[in-house]
Amino acid sequence: MKPPPFDYVAAATVDEALEALADTSVETRPLAGGQSLVPMLNFRLAVPERLVDLNGIDELSRIEETEDGGLRLGAMVRHRQLEHDPFIARRMPLLSEATPFIAHPQIRSRGTVGGSVAHADPAAELPAVLLTLGARVRIARRSLGGEPGSRVERTVGLGEFFLGPFFSALEPDELLTAIEMPPSAPGEGTAFDEVARRRGDYALAGVAARVRLNSGGVCDEAAISLVNGGATPCLMREAARTLVGQEPTPEVIEATAAACAATSEPAADMHASEAYRRHLIQVLTRRVVSRAADRVLT
Amino acid sequence: MATAEKYVGGGVPRKEDPKLLTGQGQFLEGLTLPGMLHAALVRSPHGSARINSVDVSAAAAAEGVVAALSGADLADEWAAGLPMAWPVTDDIRIPDHWPVAQDVVRYVGDAVAVVVATSRNAALDAAELVEVDYEVLEAVVDVEAALADGAPRVHESFDDNKSYTWALTNGDVDAAFAKADVVVAERYTQPRLIPNAMEPRAVVAQSVPSTGDFTVWSTTQIPHVAKVLFALTLGIPEGQIRVIAPPDVGGGFGSKLNVYAEEALCIALARRLGKPVKWVAGRSEGYLATIHGRDQVQEIEIAATSDGKILGYRVHILAAMGAYLQLVAPGVPLLGAFLYCGCYGGEAYHFECTGVFTNTTPTDAYRGAGRPEATYAIERVIDALAREVGVDAAEIRRRNFLPAGDMVQSPGGLAFDSADYEPALDRALELLDYDGFRSDQAERRAGGGRRQTGVGFSSYVEICGLAPSQVLASLKYGAGGWDAATVRMLPTGKAEVVTGSSPHGQGHVTSWSQIAADALGIPYEDVTVLHGDTHVAPHGMNTYGSRSLAVAGVAVHNACGRVVDKARGLAAHLLEVAPEDLEYEAGTFSVKGVPDRTKSMPELAFAAWTAHSLPEDSEPGLEASCVYDPPNFTFPFGTHVAVVEVDTETGAVDLVRYIAVDDCGPVINPVIVDGQVHGGVAQGIAAALYEEATYAEDGTLETASMVNYLVPSAAEFPSFETDRTVTPSTSNPMGVKGIGEAGTIGSAPAVINAIVDALSHLGVTDVPMPASPERVWRAIRAAQGGEE
Repeated sequence: MKPPPFDYVAAATVDEALEALADTSVETRPLAGGQSLVPMLNFRLAVPERLVDLNGIDELSRIEETEDGGLRLGAMVRHRQLEHDPFIARRMPLLSEATPFIAHPQIRSRGTVGGSVAHADPAAELPAVLLTLGARVRIARRSLGGEPGSRVERTVGLGEFFLGPFFSALEPDELLTAIEMPPSAPGEGTAFDEVARRRGDYALAGVAARVRLNSGGVCDEAAISLVNGGATPCLMREAARTLVGQEPTPEVIEATAAACAATSEPAADMHASEAYRRHLIQVLTRRVVSRAADRVLT
Repeated sequence: MATAEKYVGGGVPRKEDPKLLTGQGQFLEGLTLPGMLHAALVRSPHGSARINSVDVSAAAAAEGVVAALSGADLADEWAAGLPMAWPVTDDIRIPDHWPVAQDVVRYVGDAVAVVVATSRNAALDAAELVEVDYEVLEAVVDVEAALADGAPRVHESFDDNKSYTWALTNGDVDAAFAKADVVVAERYTQPRLIPNAMEPRAVVAQSVPSTGDFTVWSTTQIPHVAKVLFALTLGIPEGQIRVIAPPDVGGGFGSKLNVYAEEALCIALARRLGKPVKWVAGRSEGYLATIHGRDQVQEIEIAATSDGKILGYRVHILAAMGAYLQLVAPGVPLLGAFLYCGCYGGEAYHFECTGVFTNTTPTDAYRGAGRPEATYAIERVIDALAREVGVDAAEIRRRNFLPAGDMVQSPGGLAFDSADYEPALDRALELLDYDGFRSDQAERRAGGGRRQTGVGFSSYVEICGLAPSQVLASLKYGAGGWDAATVRMLPTGKAEVVTGSSPHGQGHVTSWSQIAADALGIPYEDVTVLHGDTHVAPHGMNTYGSRSLAVAGVAVHNACGRVVDKARGLAAHLLEVAPEDLEYEAGTFSVKGVPDRTKSMPELAFAAWTAHSLPEDSEPGLEASCVYDPPNFTFPFGTHVAVVEVDTETGAVDLVRYIAVDDCGPVINPVIVDGQVHGGVAQGIAAALYEEATYAEDGTLETASMVNYLVPSAAEFPSFETDRTVTPSTSNPMGVKGIGEAGTIGSAPAVINAIVDALSHLGVTDVPMPASPERVWRAIRAAQGGEE
């Protein structure tokens, strides 16, 4: 198929994009990498009246260090940048590890961090990985009644951002401008794994884990999140708590994996049943938590 | 004819590749004619429904729209319904099949209306404005459910959903089973597959109203066959239709071996509107409206002695036809009917097949057509027999192989042209390092790790070179099995080969050039191959079923021989000697004993063209034709081996090695043969591990796009290891057999056998195709006594 007709605005700056989004009388969607939106247009599952193309906005493509030593990814940073940037590999190895699982190289060359998060797909890798890293979302809109170019900005923790399948806290007149992550602490290890039918497919299930061990080998902090483990990209807080205060022995990790599977809410579809997905979540949680802990210890 | 083989057997670069690799391929979507209109179809969203009304008024009024027509509006266009050419039994039920449905739709995708507009986009937009009022009826999508009492009927005019039952018996089957020590009975399902040619289907039809002539460009494998059938379907005199398969057709795999609604429709619209009409399928549209393959339920029983010698076979299959009978659909199971005994012996054989209507896209021939299904069943059940009698999987094959020789009688009733099965198995085992593999496997099992390994074999034999026309007659096939070639020397010493085959990726231009260049003693570059246009090549039976080399290629070879014979007469005349005093080698005739008195083929071509001095009774020109009707099928064979690693926790399967040892007789071009094996193996592995078209109960195709229909990419495959044995066929003078489908036929059972082998220590004996991680996990759980 082909998209239904729509108007097109090529924004050169964030303010131009916000200006277009501010007119909510026209149903407007930002166009980032287009790797989800364009197929949805072609299948006529999305029928916006206007697209605001963000691809010409240079300021959204930056990878920067934040004031607290964390990391800021502009909304238009491509998956391919995450995959190959040595700075990312050093500072946030989980991003480098997980990004190759996202679709195919062609898609990663176009697909963006902000587009993936804003799309709020529970089957996408990046939202789960960013949840594990404690990320927050920077959001802007043109201030109501303000001068053209005046912005209102807010920051939302990623844990509060995802509200349902393909449904986030983003309002129609808002633009996701950046993702920020706190710096990783000493003693942290991370890991990601998934099972997919084919290389590059949406995962049947995937798990991202981050653990922080103290000098005594005891877990001080843990975060686990699931790909395709529920209606939204989800942080498994209860399961993660079973690790805290414990040494990550096989028995402890098995209990965590079991808790993760038990509290997950995977859906059935034509590629996997709920029961099988739950089983995969348990197996993969066991594997990634072990690997994350091993990475601290070795 | 002495032939110096300078090109045949060598890996000359494919003539087709430079233009394909540099984006200069001439595909049909690139064809634009002045005044051309574009058609878009409105298709049924229901598996079964009565059409109460079709309102095209809003579509007709839309911008750019020239016509919007329902099935009823078009009813007068058809002299006959869409053709079905293989009525396998006398009492087969053949439903009416109109290009656009008139009263009832029977599958999701059945056409109900067409919109014609000045651009494709305008046609697609307007098609959404057609209002169809349906009364939705209950659908049935599964072959067994379709045969159950009280099942919804796909065709109200028939009492039930059975189309036909065809049976074959050789020998005393009951006696063979009665004396058996062991009977192994298995049941397998062949998932429905969707062919994925890289180029979706397309058609352009042009009419010349003043003459009544039509030219039809179609992405078809069968331009000549289609021409006949277009004439019958549309009531156009055959001589006024020219069918052209474009110079490049991007793959077919059987999906373009058909006469489709959209082809007939574009011709009818061109006739009605007096302008060229084009239709191009979208990928998802193709998933609904292009034939599917497989979709069978198989029950196979083999009787054997306690040491694993097979005595008899009993096979019963249900084959989904879909909602209508496409061109050769009923015959697809018959192409496998003789092969459920594989390359093995035995005393008796019974096969029975029932074709079943369901509310699904019609099925038809898909790469291998009947033979992958048969090979799967026998190659799986022989492993089951091996387990039952405690014999190694390689050894049980060896014990049952038919003896080596020519015209070897198979229990299925056919005489195999040239059998020699052990060398291919031996070579495969050698490449595998079978003993080394088994010790690695034993070590892993002892270690108890989560990654276990298994090996699977598939020793196949298949049928190509369709076919002796008289044999086809006995199977009620509606056409002959010959093919044609004309070879002409041009005045400048070059050669033109006109072939009845219709290549769509196979490399016939290259292979036919090799054959002709060697036979005529001219450079490979000096041969031009013309194909795919019924005005250029008047005779052809076209390309499917791995038949082209063994039939059309042999016709080229024979026609070249006739050209050389004619050239000999001319050379003798010019050299003033008797023809038998000439020696022919590499394109040059020389007088025996006087080697400097010669005439080369280019010299003779020029002399034949000027015609200044010809032998008596000889006509100008150096040209000959051959229509070749083979005396027997060819039966390529081989052994394939898959090695897998299975993650016993997740059920995920990694294919780590794939070895294919094939015997297609003498090879014209090893690069092309390897390419065919690679592609074929990939498609078979795809069936084993990934691809499955599924329908919801209401007839919705659940796998309606490439997101859910899992075509694997190169990332899913190991580097294939290929080798060959060479046993020439006795069915044709070149000894060639065909290789287009062997990879698909051999591979799926090898992969599944490997998975079962990897898990056999856990008690697993079967994993259904496609072996998804979940199915493997469930098989392990079931074998361990957990719930399935």
